Amino acid sequence: MASHQSHRLPKGGLVDRTKAVDFTFDGKRMTGYAGDTLASALVANGVTLVGRSFKYHRPRGILTAGPEEPNALVELRTGARREPNTKATTVELYDGLVALSQNRWPSLAFDVMSVNSLASPIFVAGFYYKTFMWPAKFWESLYEPAIRRAAGLGRPSGVADPDHYDKAWAHCDVLVVGSGPTGIAAALAAGRTGARVILAEEDRIAGGRLNSDGGEIDTMPAAEWLASALAELEGAPNVRVMTRTAVFGVYDGGVYGALERVNDHVPVPAKHQVRQRLWRIVAKRCVVAAGASERPIVFPGNDRPGVMMASAVRTYIERFAAAPGQRLALFTNNDDGWKTVETAHRAGLGIAAVIDSRGEVPQQYRSLAQQGGFSVLNGTVSGVRGSKSGVTGVDVALVGGGSANVAADVLAMSGGWNPSVGLASHHRGRPKWRDDIAAFVPEGCPPGMSVAGAANGDLSLGACLRSGHAAGFAAAAECGHAGANHSAPAATDESSAIAALWHVEGKQKAFVDFQHDVTASDVALAQREGFESVEHLKRYTTLGMATDQGKNSNVTGLAIMAELTGRSIQQTGTTIYRPPHVPVAIGAFAGHHREESFHSTRLAPSHHWAAERGAVFVDTGLWKRAQWYPLPGEKDWLTSVTREVLAVRNGVGFCDVSTLGKIDVMGKDAGTFLDRVYINAFSSLGVGKARYGLMLREDGIVMDDGTTSRLAEDHYFLTTTTAKAGPVMQHLEFCRQVLWPELDVQLTSCTDQWATFSIAGPKTRDLLREIVDPAEDLSNEGFPFMGVREVQLRGGMFARLYRISFSGEMAFEISVPARYGDALARNLMIAGEPFGVTPYGTEALGVMRIEKGHVAGPELNGTTTADDLGLGKMMSKKKDFVGRVMAGREGLVAPNRQVVVGLKPVDKAQRLRSGAHIIPKGAAVGPETDQGYVTSVCHSPMLGQWIGLGLVERGRERIGEIVRAHDPLRGEDYEVEICNPVFYDPEGGRQRG
Amino acid sequence: MKYSIFSLAKAALSGHKGWGRAWRDAPPKSHYDVVIIGGGGHGLATAYHLAHQYGIRNVAVLEKGWIGSGNAGRNTTIIRSNYGLPGNTGFYELSMKLWERMEQDLNYNAMVSQRGIVNLYHSDAQRDAFARRGNTMRINGIDAELLDRAQIQQMMPFLNFDNARFPIQGGLLQRRAGTARHDAVVWGYARAADLLGVDIIQNCEVTGFVRDHNGKVTGVETSRGRIGAGKVGMAVAGSTSRVAGMAGLRLPIESHVLQAFVSEAIKPLIPGVITFGAGHFYVSQSDKGGLVFGGDLDGYNSYAQRGNMPVMEDVCEGGMALMPMIGRIRLLRQWGGIMDMSMDGTPIIDKTPVDGLYLNAGWCYGGFKATPASGLVFAHLLATDTPHEEAKRFRLDRFERGAMIDEKGQGAQPNLH
Amino acid sequence: MRIACPFCGERENGEFTYLGDAKPKRPAITAVDAGKGSEGEQDVFYDYVYLRDNVAGVMSEYWYHGGGCRSWLVVERNTLTHEISSVRAAPGTGAAAAKAGSEYAKAGAE
Repeated sequence: MASHQSHRLPKGGLVDRTKAVDFTFDGKRMTGYAGDTLASALVANGVTLVGRSFKYHRPRGILTAGPEEPNALVELRTGARREPNTKATTVELYDGLVALSQNRWPSLAFDVMSVNSLASPIFVAGFYYKTFMWPAKFWESLYEPAIRRAAGLGRPSGVADPDHYDKAWAHCDVLVVGSGPTGIAAALAAGRTGARVILAEEDRIAGGRLNSDGGEIDTMPAAEWLASALAELEGAPNVRVMTRTAVFGVYDGGVYGALERVNDHVPVPAKHQVRQRLWRIVAKRCVVAAGASERPIVFPGNDRPGVMMASAVRTYIERFAAAPGQRLALFTNNDDGWKTVETAHRAGLGIAAVIDSRGEVPQQYRSLAQQGGFSVLNGTVSGVRGSKSGVTGVDVALVGGGSANVAADVLAMSGGWNPSVGLASHHRGRPKWRDDIAAFVPEGCPPGMSVAGAANGDLSLGACLRSGHAAGFAAAAECGHAGANHSAPAATDESSAIAALWHVEGKQKAFVDFQHDVTASDVALAQREGFESVEHLKRYTTLGMATDQGKNSNVTGLAIMAELTGRSIQQTGTTIYRPPHVPVAIGAFAGHHREESFHSTRLAPSHHWAAERGAVFVDTGLWKRAQWYPLPGEKDWLTSVTREVLAVRNGVGFCDVSTLGKIDVMGKDAGTFLDRVYINAFSSLGVGKARYGLMLREDGIVMDDGTTSRLAEDHYFLTTTTAKAGPVMQHLEFCRQVLWPELDVQLTSCTDQWATFSIAGPKTRDLLREIVDPAEDLSNEGFPFMGVREVQLRGGMFARLYRISFSGEMAFEISVPARYGDALARNLMIAGEPFGVTPYGTEALGVMRIEKGHVAGPELNGTTTADDLGLGKMMSKKKDFVGRVMAGREGLVAPNRQVVVGLKPVDKAQRLRSGAHIIPKGAAVGPETDQGYVTSVCHSPMLGQWIGLGLVERGRERIGEIVRAHDPLRGEDYEVEICNPVFYDPEGGRQRG
Repeated sequence: MKYSIFSLAKAALSGHKGWGRAWRDAPPKSHYDVVIIGGGGHGLATAYHLAHQYGIRNVAVLEKGWIGSGNAGRNTTIIRSNYGLPGNTGFYELSMKLWERMEQDLNYNAMVSQRGIVNLYHSDAQRDAFARRGNTMRINGIDAELLDRAQIQQMMPFLNFDNARFPIQGGLLQRRAGTARHDAVVWGYARAADLLGVDIIQNCEVTGFVRDHNGKVTGVETSRGRIGAGKVGMAVAGSTSRVAGMAGLRLPIESHVLQAFVSEAIKPLIPGVITFGAGHFYVSQSDKGGLVFGGDLDGYNSYAQRGNMPVMEDVCEGGMALMPMIGRIRLLRQWGGIMDMSMDGTPIIDKTPVDGLYLNAGWCYGGFKATPASGLVFAHLLATDTPHEEAKRFRLDRFERGAMIDEKGQGAQPNLH
Repeated sequence: MRIACPFCGERENGEFTYLGDAKPKRPAITAVDAGKGSEGEQDVFYDYVYLRDNVAGVMSEYWYHGGGCRSWLVVERNTLTHEISSVRAAPGTGAAAAKAGSEYAKAGAE
């Protein structure tokens, strides 16, 4: 069984001693209690060496007891669930927990990379900017790989995260961030008015520092008061208490980002449960009651394991009943630090000495020292003795000269408290310096936010309760909830008097940023070299860029810079506070939208039928479209596609084209409207007729094309390309709602309402006659090319028939309500069997459109004009339309533009590839001779060779010219002939037949 | 002092007490031959090239805050020259060549690291577009390779090949692309320009232009007084419209917010730069170990230098679609920069209609990689009053003439470029 | 960012698509003869299509509620702070516009 808990205090603490919890650290089995964090369990087991620093690989212990921890980072869990850089101070202990120390090799105790420490005289801030420059090639091959391997912290799992993440919205009147005394008081005050309140607490349990510092509220012990307050809040229907939920960001419009750690306290989330949940909390008002964090003092040797924040020492003793050492020394510059001595003394720890940098120490503490029998030294810590596993003694430089040595195994330090100004500064507010508390407080909060308690510089318990209460009540009132104002909870205002002390000189390194190994002398070097703005200081030294986000180091670093430059701390200023306030797993931001669920999938009406037939699908935007339908025995895609094309050209085939955008345009001004958005006229289109249309963007470039039909005097049916369905709808709505609201026209998207199949080939009528009511006249006279009308199908159902052709064959498009699309596909197969009906996919569709020289996506690439596409003649000269004016700019009508032509390799066996460039025969290859490129290619069964379309400079004047298709990417260069883009049936007789 | 391992070792013996300022804290003089507004990478590189190439050393760079405190210090540090249209191709390759010799030119290690960039494609149409682009690059003497799925899998086995919504089909690789340490680029140019006599004046905000009776700009009003200038060049990125507005100019530019993100530092995971072709996500890993990633613009005009959650979620969704191994890696910081989005997605480097005032703007979100060449061609324009050969298509009047350089084919809609 | 759509209520900005400054007004549809429109129209359109005030401060701008009612909205928003001061529907939103015809449009366009 695991070892006993050598440093567990005999009683007290918010741990459940009836529930022993086994865990391992670096393979060593240990035991803690339910309610422990990994850090408190390590403290209870007497573990002091927990990690290694980033640059010098110095041994490090546990500095804090909260989310600001810079040193005690571990790789938590194993395999695919391994999480690097996890703060031991925030990990809830669970049975079977596995943690490894990181950034060390081969072991934590013996780390080879700690030789970096020996080279530290050279490895100062910014040293790499001054060296590794010669020889130039060595940077990528030698220096940088070595730096990359040495840098970084923990190892990522390297395999897909097996857990799920969720995203959710919550709405409230008042969001209270933090459930310390301030937050509880705020939530009570707001909740009692009836306002909807969310109280968010990062920790497992509510209470904040009440759990560590105790005290008395409303004449009750703090724990008792807390329990009754929580019972009230949890019982109120309008209040929601969310623990394990960290608010990390303040966004616009009262949106707050928060992360709920739903299942991080268990080994593996239960089936169907998420690991974490990302909350978007929409709050009318927010009270930030996020408290403050204690800051280190920069003194020689301050990074040795066993040097700990004074408040953390209290937390380990009071909340976790774990003693960080047996004999404690305290180094403080303020009254609050002294609380640690009181706590430790009460818990039975030996007190070695208190080193107070101030001349005056309050009488109550002098008395305490007398009672406790320890000395109070007026001075500073000038060095820390010990080993990598802990402190053995403290050197003290006494004020007025002289020195002292103190034997201790834990050194608590308190440099004062930094209010948590992060969230309040997320809208680029710049905190304001307050000399009286030697700290920054928030200034310029985001709209709707107020800050209360320690986060606003109210450091005493009484002040926290009063300001929390006032802020909560005011926030609720601003939301229209003005209940009776109860009196604020009462407590005493203990002193937190401070005399600022930032830095103590000495021989040993004095760390400002522990994790990143930024020392006081690095700050001085930065200043010497002119990097004296806080932004330069941060970037030059990496101060504040570690995973603690500067919570321990920023203020100290800039205070030292202020001393060096002779500026005030306010003038020196802070860096900008940015979200997230605490690091958040990337997976949480993605939620379920990952891997195959990254985006939604749209299925064409005949999808399931096509899938049954073994169709190969292609992604077209969000759509899945059947690309081809392989038959057994077909050796490759080209065989299948060629078969499909020949089946259409010689018989009949059909293709699901429902993905095209469809818009109903209705109203008496519909024709006028379309005249304005298309380059060609539609008001002149007869009812029952269809016309190909081209629309431009306002800059004169082609936006989209499609066929639009007139179904009634005041009803047009417009189609778009699959890709542009959304943008065209948006554009048309803009034209209708913003540009020409006077027009009587309405738009309705009906893309999803119709299933549409193109039926093409010489036997199309034969097939249709099996489907359509025999009374319908489908003859060339009764239903001419570009005719449109509603027909009755056999069985009585109605469908729309459009006699339009993309393939160049005799063809109809048939539309039925989308829910009948599947049935129609199946019936076309049955009815078409005698005619050898063949379903064809987008690939065959593409082959036939290239054979016919129809332009599509690769030619409508957002830079081509109507004339580039060979459609310049469609531009009406008699009416105004969107894009007309800008299309006339000299650059867009220049004679040397690249225009669409046909291209075919001279060698009929040569494969043509899209993306090959066109170079004149005999010319040297270079930018000056690059005259265009191949846009679309296919193997044409009708021509028996590869053909394509391309954009070629002055192409239409060069029909018949032989040029080179130059394709260095694929190592090809061959001759092609520029030809008319209509390769097949240029007279168009087949589609009219 | 020249920077080298020897000077570093020597300085170490004296506790690094001997290092002086990397650049002087110059007080403004009353007049300069050229005043550059904007102490970002582009402004400093312009000053360096003016002094170094064109012998114009009576130059000041005015910076309203601290040098490099705008987009130069807040970007995703990618350098590449994989452009497809005439005008861009040659220009960005000029930039790449300058990156390749930057350490030697500046005696400053900007950590130019040519670890390559792969633009992934997920459809035949994307492949064809990349083939066109890659061939353009090759025709212009730039390295480019078209990789298929198997080659991508071999190179980056950690990508999601098993259950992707939009499966990876291949990618366009430029091996010479990579990253550079953005702050070091700023400091390197500042130090090199300073050594050539350029005055770098921080905390000096331009508040107006001084014009003579012909309307010619003869100086600037600043928060540190009036400074006379033979010529004034603007290199102020997202603030372009505001500064140009002081001279009465309206420009084809909108300012938009672009967010970027960095994760906690982790051991090496991602070798080069990867861009996802089916969503808005690109990523690289810094030498320090953080994943540096980004995506699309928030989409609305903004000077706020911060963005909102929908884009942040969109970017992370792209990341988790492409490499679901990053799920448990934590996002450490997000930030937003002001992008000077031009109407065709391509920069403008030109004289303005105002005599004596020159413009370097419209970098959209690609300004960092352009830094060295932008400085060189802008210096050329300021020194000679003629456009540099590689910037002759970046004219301001190209929109009136219909000679846009629109790589994405999105037209006059800045938030789509 | 939250936009209070006059038809749908307050929604997250992810539901909306941004177009840009609502100040530039498209020149009116004009008579065209043999491909020629009004005098100097290229300059006017250049201004409309390409030049922007790029306001640093309160700007009125077009947003499209594509993830909702498909209305175009005119939003007054501060580009320095992202604070939204007003949201109104474009003149031609909804079915009412067509019925009321040009008078409604005139009132809406102010």
